[in-house]
Amino acid sequence: MESLEPILKEHQFLKGLAEDQIRFIVGCARNIRYDPNQFLFREGEEASTFHLIRGGKIALENFIPGKGVVQVETIVEGDVLGWSWLYPPHRRSNDARALDPVRAIAFDGACLRKKCEEDHDLGYAIMKRLLYQILQRLERVRMQRLDVYKVG
Amino acid sequence: MTTAAIRTDQYTHPMVPGVREVLGITRETSDVFTLRLSGNDGSSGPSFAPGQFNMLYVFGVGESAISASGDPDRSQELIHTIRAVGTVTRAMQTLRRGARIGVRGPYGTPWPLAEARGRDVILVAGGIGLAPLRPAIYQIFRNRPEYGRVIILYGARTPGDLLYAKEIEQWRGRFDTDVMVTVDKAERGWYGQVGVVTGLIPRTEFDPNNAIAMLCGPEIMMRFTIREIERRGMASDQVYVSMERNMKCGWGVCGHCQFGPFFVCKDGPVFRLDHVSHLLGIREI
Amino acid sequence: MMSLPPHRGKSDLSGNTHWILRKNDLGMLLRALREDGYRLAGPNVLDGAIVCGEIDGLEDLPSGWSDTQTPGRYRLERRQDEALFGYATGPQSWKKYFLPPELRLFSAKREGPGFVILEGESGLGHYGPDMAHQDSGIGHRDADVTNHRTGIVPYDSHMTQRDSEMPSQATRTQRNDPETTRGPLREASRKLALIAVRACEIAALRIQDHILRHGQHPDPHYAARREEAFIVAVNCTAPGGTCFCASMETGPQVEAGFDLALTELLDGGDHRFVVEIGSEAGRALLARAGGRLASETDLAAAVAAVQAAAGKMGRALDTRDIKTLLYDNAEHPRWDEVANRCLACANCTMVCPTCFCTTVEDVTDLSGDNAERLRRWDSCFTSAFSQVHGGSIRASVKARYRQWLTHKVASWIDQFGTSGCVGCGRCITWCPAGIDLTEEVAAIRAAPALSGHRKET
Repeated sequence: MESLEPILKEHQFLKGLAEDQIRFIVGCARNIRYDPNQFLFREGEEASTFHLIRGGKIALENFIPGKGVVQVETIVEGDVLGWSWLYPPHRRSNDARALDPVRAIAFDGACLRKKCEEDHDLGYAIMKRLLYQILQRLERVRMQRLDVYKVG
Repeated sequence: MTTAAIRTDQYTHPMVPGVREVLGITRETSDVFTLRLSGNDGSSGPSFAPGQFNMLYVFGVGESAISASGDPDRSQELIHTIRAVGTVTRAMQTLRRGARIGVRGPYGTPWPLAEARGRDVILVAGGIGLAPLRPAIYQIFRNRPEYGRVIILYGARTPGDLLYAKEIEQWRGRFDTDVMVTVDKAERGWYGQVGVVTGLIPRTEFDPNNAIAMLCGPEIMMRFTIREIERRGMASDQVYVSMERNMKCGWGVCGHCQFGPFFVCKDGPVFRLDHVSHLLGIREI
Repeated sequence: MMSLPPHRGKSDLSGNTHWILRKNDLGMLLRALREDGYRLAGPNVLDGAIVCGEIDGLEDLPSGWSDTQTPGRYRLERRQDEALFGYATGPQSWKKYFLPPELRLFSAKREGPGFVILEGESGLGHYGPDMAHQDSGIGHRDADVTNHRTGIVPYDSHMTQRDSEMPSQATRTQRNDPETTRGPLREASRKLALIAVRACEIAALRIQDHILRHGQHPDPHYAARREEAFIVAVNCTAPGGTCFCASMETGPQVEAGFDLALTELLDGGDHRFVVEIGSEAGRALLARAGGRLASETDLAAAVAAVQAAAGKMGRALDTRDIKTLLYDNAEHPRWDEVANRCLACANCTMVCPTCFCTTVEDVTDLSGDNAERLRRWDSCFTSAFSQVHGGSIRASVKARYRQWLTHKVASWIDQFGTSGCVGCGRCITWCPAGIDLTEEVAAIRAAPALSGHRKET
């Protein structure tokens, strides 16, 4: 099997990680594809993977009884998906559905957690990057809540 | 900082409008409509510079400051996209072809199209903010080789609130322009992006050392956008915002539109960010 | 600090510079002005205050009256002598003559599917017989008595006038008449001679000139009125209780912008006026009033009297680095403190001689076929002033007070090159809460806030 190292190094999220750090975590990663309308995961499911999106679009959505499906955000190439793998009870908070053909790297959550515990420098590097992603997403969600285009 | 206004009518008193005919009215969304007004015959050049506004008068009702949102080089028609939010704009919404409307202007400082030459251009529009940017887009397309990368980011509340949907598709079809559209709230049948417009910025590619950003939308949306734009490495003297305040005269004598020491009607509405960023952080200034 | 274009130019006053007039001579001067077709606007006592109104002559001047002014308090007092100008300033300024509280900008009427603008008259020309009411804000002695202090004409009295005006306008078919088509504006009412204008008030007029007369779109109504106004100024020999013109470098000595300037002297029972000529028109008028050349003693007495006034000011505005001070202290706790006292009543903006904010009102008659646009005084203290869809930008009184003061003494400098404050003290006297802007600025200066959002302009 071809090594995933070059693919990992390419992804925005892992930029700046040292060669040996990449090598350390590559064993937790696999290359994965989703077809349009395929679910990456469902709300309530066990959150066992951490995705780095390489291509395609994903709808982050919830189903509301009586209302139907409500998409809250679109995840695209370069984004990361999922952080419920970090903390117990490791349950997904949304559905994630591919909108078109999606290419991604899926890290096994438990594996990645273990690696971060073993190598704290690696752990710090991963957490720092993840925190930044979450910060940006939180800002966007807050802006969404402000309903800035609403009049009156 | 102010460029010369292009006047097409000579008024006896600067508060007296010229009378124009309504050529047509189009519904854009549930509360936004576009008025096409008679322009000049094209002989005196463009009727406004992108980013400028006119004071539109409805007989017996009042005036409202509305950005010009058409093509400045097509001066046979004067186009304004308007949101019906108050007495005057709601009255405008009831005008029909053949009606008359008063026009004073154009007023204001326009978008920095000259400064943007030779550079990448990022236009970020929120909601009705696309209307004042559209004339700039037309001018950029008309002189496309003069600019670097051109990126148009547009966010609206819901798919039903998107302006100029067909035209945006045309822009998207150009190979020399990146267009991304998103909505805050999705609706059934929407297959496009969902999320705030600032979320599109990390996905753009441009040279932050040689770029100009033009932002237009609600002030809070522009403040969030500025954060993302600066994260990309753009300095505040490369970013331009379009401000809005209460206006009665349009040319700096009624006092209403003051924003710190600036008159939004003549020092703006387009401001370079480094001149006003300190004001954006002061509540109720 | 002031670098505005002069009113008519200071004459080269070598030789016949200063004259002496006695009261009778002054009376002749006023009569001569009337003979020349001027309407006289000057001080007179009305309703317990000295207000600007239309006067007939010397006999209308407030002889023997002075005023005591303190924050939030104004009282007239009888003097021991019969000085004509022994008071400081009244609640009104001369701005109401040039920037009237209400002005009709145009009228329009429906025509077919649209409308036509009848004329861009700016309310100047009124082709009916009654011209006296056209210029609101002039001190009528028969009407509007209660509103002399504010200069605001009550709405209903205007409604009556407009009702009688409207039919004659609607039927006016003079659009082809060169007098009424869009063209140079017509001034139907007589030109004004302002009597007893103080140095601070001249400074205020020149400040407003800069905005309304010399801007990108000059206000033709304002410009026309100012151009033909004749100004008889008065040098102050005693400051009012709230005056601080000395610290604003706008007085008490009149420097420019006048036709004649008087300094009243009463020493030794010799009641006379030292007159300085400020223009050729002034010189010509003076020639018809009699009098004699001033002596060295007269001149020295005049100079001394005005200098004494300069030294007796009760307060001062420290204008050093005032822009930086206020720009950097937008979140100073003093603003919250003054907001507890300020009622946002807008008195200060109405009595201030430089406040120029206006609003526009579009009205129709009951048929809806005839419309008018009116320009009215407005105030940044109202909540509607900064309204955009969704609400007011400056909803709190704190924000509005901060806007007014920062604009007046700081932003104005960036906007127009000078301070907007002339030190007349009216805002202090006429504030029901007795707020003193010199005190507010001093409080911020005494304890500047540590943080600031300041951008070099």
